[in-house]
Amino acid sequence: MSEDKLSPAGKKSSAPVMSGAEAVVRSLELLGVTDVFGLPGGAILPVYDPLMDSSKLRHILVRHEQGAGHAAEGYASATGKVGVCIATSGPGATNLVTAIADAYMDSVPMLAITGQVFSHLMGTDAFQEADIVGITMPITKHSILVTDAADVPGALAAAYEIASTGRPGPVLVDITKDAQQNEAPFVWPPVIDLPGYRPVTKAHGKQIQAAAELIAESKKPVFYVGGGIVRGRAAAELKTLVDKVGAPVVTTLMARGAFPDSHPYNLGMPGMHGTVPAVLALQEADLLITLGARFDDRVTGKAALFAPNAQVIHVDIDPAEIGKIRAAEVPIVGDLKDVLPELTAAFASEIGKKKLDITAWWNRLNALREEYPLGYSEPTDGLLSPQAIIKRIGELSGPEAIYAAGVGQHQMWAAQFIQYERPNAWLNSGGAGTMGYSVPAAMGAKVAEPQRTVWAIDGDGCFQMTNQELATCTINNIPIKVAIINNSSLGMVRQWQTLFYSGRYSNTDLNTGHDTVRIPDFVKLADAYGALGIRVTREDEIDAAIKLALETNDRPVVIDFVVSADAMVWPMVPQGVSNSYVQYARDHAPSWDEEE
Amino acid sequence: MSRHVLSLLVEDRPGTLTRVAGLFARRGFNIESLAVGHTEVDGLSRITAVVDVEDLPLEQVTKQLNKLVNVIKVVELDPSQSVQRDHLLIKVRVDRTTRSEVLEAVTLFRASVVDVAPDSLVIEVTGDTGKTEALIKLLEPYGIKEMAQSGLLAIGRGGKSITERVFKN
Repeated sequence: MSEDKLSPAGKKSSAPVMSGAEAVVRSLELLGVTDVFGLPGGAILPVYDPLMDSSKLRHILVRHEQGAGHAAEGYASATGKVGVCIATSGPGATNLVTAIADAYMDSVPMLAITGQVFSHLMGTDAFQEADIVGITMPITKHSILVTDAADVPGALAAAYEIASTGRPGPVLVDITKDAQQNEAPFVWPPVIDLPGYRPVTKAHGKQIQAAAELIAESKKPVFYVGGGIVRGRAAAELKTLVDKVGAPVVTTLMARGAFPDSHPYNLGMPGMHGTVPAVLALQEADLLITLGARFDDRVTGKAALFAPNAQVIHVDIDPAEIGKIRAAEVPIVGDLKDVLPELTAAFASEIGKKKLDITAWWNRLNALREEYPLGYSEPTDGLLSPQAIIKRIGELSGPEAIYAAGVGQHQMWAAQFIQYERPNAWLNSGGAGTMGYSVPAAMGAKVAEPQRTVWAIDGDGCFQMTNQELATCTINNIPIKVAIINNSSLGMVRQWQTLFYSGRYSNTDLNTGHDTVRIPDFVKLADAYGALGIRVTREDEIDAAIKLALETNDRPVVIDFVVSADAMVWPMVPQGVSNSYVQYARDHAPSWDEEE
Repeated sequence: MSRHVLSLLVEDRPGTLTRVAGLFARRGFNIESLAVGHTEVDGLSRITAVVDVEDLPLEQVTKQLNKLVNVIKVVELDPSQSVQRDHLLIKVRVDRTTRSEVLEAVTLFRASVVDVAPDSLVIEVTGDTGKTEALIKLLEPYGIKEMAQSGLLAIGRGGKSITERVFKN
């Protein structure tokens, strides 16, 4: 892009001249960014110099770039704002890759800024050179290489715009060292020239009418609610629609909290580890009102056998999601925040003074709820029940807290046994399933929402992947609370080995728990990082430890909950089969064919 | 499987072709041919891609292509509503006895000879895939020494243009 294109007429002469590095800092300030997570290195050094003088930007120095990436995600997921992370070229940039992929899968608005080697060295295998734009092409919403200082404001403004609008996602801006060092007039606001970027937001009126008619005619409707409700800030609009229709709601892993768990219409989470009523409601439905969800394989099971009798209304801001897995009778491309009120109004006029008669459907679902409530059995080895601990954390911390989970059994239990009442309270790595997400994501969330209690519900495996960010937390006064659900193993993998590999535990033992060498000792590790470390091995210690953690706000807290390794996540739909085969507990399948 | 011709109007920026080609590869689509070049508008390029896919996955890949920020427009060109041309350079072996027969074929196909050597001719031919394939078949017995082929080029029939609607907005 030429300088002329960037400069609105007449402004050129008055534009202050500054280095590309200063332009980075200035642009971020003007975009309203207040917090960034990063770690400097050779190719991004110029940016770090003016960053030091910025009074508007708080830079949090992480201990590993992956931590910066997940922190930016946690920041974004807790608030809906764009999360920003900065890394240097080469390994610094590649260390961001996992977090970028994670943000892409879960539609997290994220801006990743990386330094690149001098433009004249690019392509020569220079020191710390990596083609990060090329590497991240399949996992970013967009990426921009900047080789000219004059392009910095335009690139960052465009990246910010793309990351935060439409279906949100990560955008990478790679800036060569010479573009940071050279000087150019700083023009703001820059002209954002994106002829190929036009996210659809306004839905088709005819389709909304068609959807309203389908709902009014349905006998067994279900609201299949996905993370799009959270990202689209449409939880309130959803509640209005649901209350009007009176149909059951299932909230996917990404949508926990998008609809209150306390609401009588909420059947809980569907999918591989969903509640029996949620799984079977989808399976037996005659209409899926799909809102910001994408028919992920963990929700559908074998897709060809998913909800075989249902017609589908599919609302999504991304046209590519519609019809990708499941054909939709009524496709609606649009922003949920706008579509839902229109749909509510259309349904209201369609149904008139009548009421949707779905009493038989509710009778069936309520019977399932009664017969198959979400629960767990106490471990037989006398060790602590992980589910009980997680439940207690939720009860004592309340719905205003933020809960960031790692990936695995503890993640599923945290999705199941904590009551979520508001969007943005539940953060997790849903699509990518990134172990190690929780501690840095909790850190990012706490930076964004310092007044809230922020828990990292982590596993002993996950925690060992990113716990270095405890140093960042302690030093920068970010008092997160970490609950390690320590079953001394890679628990979810172990569960599959129990169920599908005849109990042959190949490489899942981590030796961190009961009756092991405890390497590492999590309490000592917490202590080494300046955090408060607590070990809990008995039931009567659970509440006291959680309460102490809630009272301690001058440093991070790490509780090592030493739990049974044999606890399993139930219900479960084995992989690759119809969701009708949901098992309530081991070898205990509900009688789904009782009906009709 | 069925053959589809996609025409993409894209921003002429570094990496655009990689993004497009990468998307095809990632989603498991085989590109049969690809042609890239400038358009009448500064800063815009046009990619013509021939892909062999069923209709449903084609819809998905078209939607994914539309999501690429540097892609401005994607249209599928129906063979009956568009002009589609291949461009070929063929080096064929000839000697005194066969040269006149080969030249006759060149004339019949309205191709042209662009290089002559004692033992070979380079023939240039433009046409739809049926025509170019027929010529290749006819020349094979003489011995094709080498061949270079462009990707398929295609443009819609009639007065409308792929770029005009883009700039109305």
